[in-house]
Amino acid sequence: MATTNSRALARLMLVPSVVLLLAWMLVPLCMTLYFSFLDYNLLSPGTEEFIGFMNYEFFLTDPAFFESFFNTLLLVGGVLLITLGGGIGLAILLDQAIWGRNYVRIMVLAPFFVMPTVSALVWKNMLMNPVNGLFAHFANWLGMTPIDFFAQIPLLSIIVIVSWQWLPFAALILLTAIQSLDREQLEAADLDGAGPFSKFYYIVLPHLSRAITAVILIETIFLLSIFAEILVTTSGGPGYASTNITYLIYTQSLLQFDVGGGSAGGIVAVIIANIVAIFLMRLIGKNLED
Amino acid sequence: MGSIHLKQVTKDFGDVSVIKPIDLEIKDGEFIVFVGPSGCGKSTLLRMIAGLEDTTSGTIEIDGQDATTTPPAKRGLAMVFQSYALYPHMSVRNNIAFPLKRAKINDDIIEEKIASVAKTLNLTDYLDRKPGQLSGGQRQRVAIGRAIVRQPSAFLFDEPLSNLDASLRVNMRLEISELHKSLNTTMVYVTHDQVEAMTMADRIAVFNGGIIEQVGSPLELYNNPANRFVAGFIGSPKINFIDIEPSTIDGTCSLGIRPEHIEISTTGGQWAGKIGVIEHLGSETFLHVHVDGHDTFTVKTSGDCPFKYGDEIYLSPQKNKLLHFDATGKTLPNIA
Ligand SMILES: Nc1ncnc2c1ncn2[C@@H]1O[C@H](COP(=O)(O)OP(=O)(O)OP(=O)(O)O)[C@@H](O)[C@H]1O
Ligand SMILES: [Mg+2]
Repeated sequence: MATTNSRALARLMLVPSVVLLLAWMLVPLCMTLYFSFLDYNLLSPGTEEFIGFMNYEFFLTDPAFFESFFNTLLLVGGVLLITLGGGIGLAILLDQAIWGRNYVRIMVLAPFFVMPTVSALVWKNMLMNPVNGLFAHFANWLGMTPIDFFAQIPLLSIIVIVSWQWLPFAALILLTAIQSLDREQLEAADLDGAGPFSKFYYIVLPHLSRAITAVILIETIFLLSIFAEILVTTSGGPGYASTNITYLIYTQSLLQFDVGGGSAGGIVAVIIANIVAIFLMRLIGKNLED
Repeated sequence: MGSIHLKQVTKDFGDVSVIKPIDLEIKDGEFIVFVGPSGCGKSTLLRMIAGLEDTTSGTIEIDGQDATTTPPAKRGLAMVFQSYALYPHMSVRNNIAFPLKRAKINDDIIEEKIASVAKTLNLTDYLDRKPGQLSGGQRQRVAIGRAIVRQPSAFLFDEPLSNLDASLRVNMRLEISELHKSLNTTMVYVTHDQVEAMTMADRIAVFNGGIIEQVGSPLELYNNPANRFVAGFIGSPKINFIDIEPSTIDGTCSLGIRPEHIEISTTGGQWAGKIGVIEHLGSETFLHVHVDGHDTFTVKTSGDCPFKYGDEIYLSPQKNKLLHFDATGKTLPNIA
């Protein structure tokens, strides 16, 4: 009886936090949903009226929508590719018994602690600047014309910056996974005549599959809503070349004080994020089971 | 072919010397067992033979070729690890096929070999399972299967049975012995279970602190141990040691007598003692006898032993079975 009692009591005591959490999540979501059906602009207060799916129509038929939709996918995919590839490489390197390994590990983590705006500014002004940037100096030294990164390859430049921020995260998760690999398996593979490539492909990589899945899922959640890096470097330009969905919502609606349009964009973004999530779970979610 | 010749082999980890110079000749087709207390360097030497550990000095010859710096895969040896070291995400079939695929062997031949290995080891029904879905004994068999499928010139086993329960261990022991008889391939087997050592080995090498104390057939080691360490290590229950006044004739400092070489009498004998714990095993009985002025003696007698706790009895050693050790522990010839 005591257990039934205490379980009921435990549930009762959980109620406040659960209610609070639900409210915290549901109230903004419902309000956004509600606003998305209103013609609601902060510049003309008091004139709100119900306009059905007009806001959605406006957002989805915007010619910039598809471009920014693909930019979002490119951004997420590109960063994932670079951080996973680089992360596996770094993890294998950091797993070797090199001198001062512990310090190197801490240093590798450093980019993760730098705020997105700060790192974007550093990349913009010190590294990628076509006149004063380090890359430009390097190009001049080699006798080449410096690249104007944010004008010529804006999306790729942003992918590089974001990858630099997320590489440590991927490397760290993969490093802990590599360290849990049973050394005797590698030794057995040595005896079985597996070369470095076979050992990586048949033993290390399968062992990492779970960690790789975790990195993909976590990074995707954050990468879908990249904003600061775009605002600081290209402001979404030139044209819409580096605008993603998040940034599009910002320019199309919030810059014009259009709460209704912004809310509709937000709901669209939520739906896209869910589609991506379902797609990912279908694709790689089974790696997390058992 | 599978002869292994160790010449003055040593191994240091940093400034700790784990293997002192060792010389050992392992003959083709022989079943040799390394025994010794924990931490004496058995695994290290085995791993050096396999090529998983560098050799600090000395040479390792395999089939007459210097293989000291040959990479593991090129030595033609197969190893079975204590943890089995199966590849967890591959099916049993792929685990066994792995070394063959690395050797770029034709798929049809691989299928054939897997089928025959699976048949030998009773694994046919489990070929499509993952190692995680097998019992300990089955995993052990897969590990052995992965080793024999390559037809190596010698097998190296590092305590392969220590993770199994007692009855399974007896079965696997027999299976490995049988495998050795049918394959006729050299096997080097590390264990610290002396029953395994005695029952399986053609020859036993007794290790102690990085050196080999003695190499010989099980009965040789049992009957004629080279020193006090080997006498104490081989044999269960353990041999009884008796420290005596150093003899002026040959310098004997201590004697050793095995439990089955002690006669019991109720009327008189060399030592008077009182029976302590009695262990009945059915076919035989072990008496732990407290003798005044000495340690407890272990005595082996028949299963129908009439004594009970606290009985006063007399013990006498069979004189010709007494082992004599000098001050350094070396065995002296029995002059009795
Ligand atoms: N990588 C290493 N670095 C330093 N010392 C080591 C290393 N590997 C083993 N040793 C030391 O070498 C000694 C021999 O180890 P080894 O594993 O060969 O013992 P063993 O005879 O197999 O013992 P057990 O029966 O417990 O398996 C031990 O004292 C151990 O601490
Ligand atoms: Mg060992």
